[in-house]
Amino acid sequence: MEKYCEMQAGRLVIYVPRELDHHEAGRLKMEADLLIDAYHVKNLVFDFSNTEFMDSSGIGVIIGRCRNIGYYGGEAVAQNLNDRVKKIFRVSGLHTLIPTVETGKNRQKGNGSI
Amino acid sequence: MQGNNNMKVSFDARSVNEAFARVTVAAFIAELNPTIDEVEDIKTAVSEAVTNAIIHAYDSPGEPVQLSCALKGNVVEIEVLDTGKGIGDVKKAMEPFYTTKPELERSGMGFAFMEAFMDDVRVTSAEGEGTRVWMCKTIGVQEG
Ligand SMILES: Nc1ncnc2c1ncn2[C@@H]1O[C@H](COP(=O)(O)OP(=O)(O)O)[C@@H](O)[C@H]1O
Ligand SMILES: [Mg+2]
Repeated sequence: MEKYCEMQAGRLVIYVPRELDHHEAGRLKMEADLLIDAYHVKNLVFDFSNTEFMDSSGIGVIIGRCRNIGYYGGEAVAQNLNDRVKKIFRVSGLHTLIPTVETGKNRQKGNGSI
Repeated sequence: MQGNNNMKVSFDARSVNEAFARVTVAAFIAELNPTIDEVEDIKTAVSEAVTNAIIHAYDSPGEPVQLSCALKGNVVEIEVLDTGKGIGDVKKAMEPFYTTKPELERSGMGFAFMEAFMDDVRVTSAEGEGTRVWMCKTIGVQEG
């Protein structure tokens, strides 16, 4: 199973899975919230390099995690969105809530996959 | 010229079937040669309707959800049926951000997504009887 989350220099990077729907949402929420609480995470990065599909359940997950780091006065960004995910951000208005950035980097291989 | 074609599947209301449903429809509509964007729009709308049946219609998993798809020329029609608790006020349910399950971090954007990605969405529902979501999209007329 692939790991969703990783602490990197005090930031929590969430590698959004290939398809983020209601079915995938549960595990992502659990993993992220565990780390958010343990490390009092203030900076959250959603990395979409791998993501091909997301529906409104994904929107709920993202907003929920932003709310959770809000308790610690945190900030979130979204990076490496493909055109489809950009469209989902636009249609839902999520782009007005979370700044999006391009890093030009693709997700590194060997990220905890077994 | 394409003819008509129909399919119907029934599956358990379990979250693992959300991906099954949208992939099934994507495969079925392939004969219309839709663009990637059209396929993704339809997959998203199917995912929304099926997820709603799985989360909202039933209190326990495993009840039936029926998905059907009809190709009529270059028009795709999709129907998602459940026999669950139904929706009291459909108009209100379809308002953006309206959700009865905020504790599950629902965004209330499901119907808004169906309307954004399909040409037409019609919902009929009766409390205690179930919900029918019907939607359609014409393939090959995308602007931009
Ligand atoms: N199949 C269904 N059966 C019962 N209620 C439903 C169904 N579909 C939608 N609803 C109701 O409509 C509301 C809005 O749906 P939607 O826009 O998809 O938002 P969300 O799923 O995020 O709550 C739901 O919260 C629920 O109350
Ligand atoms: Mg929904």
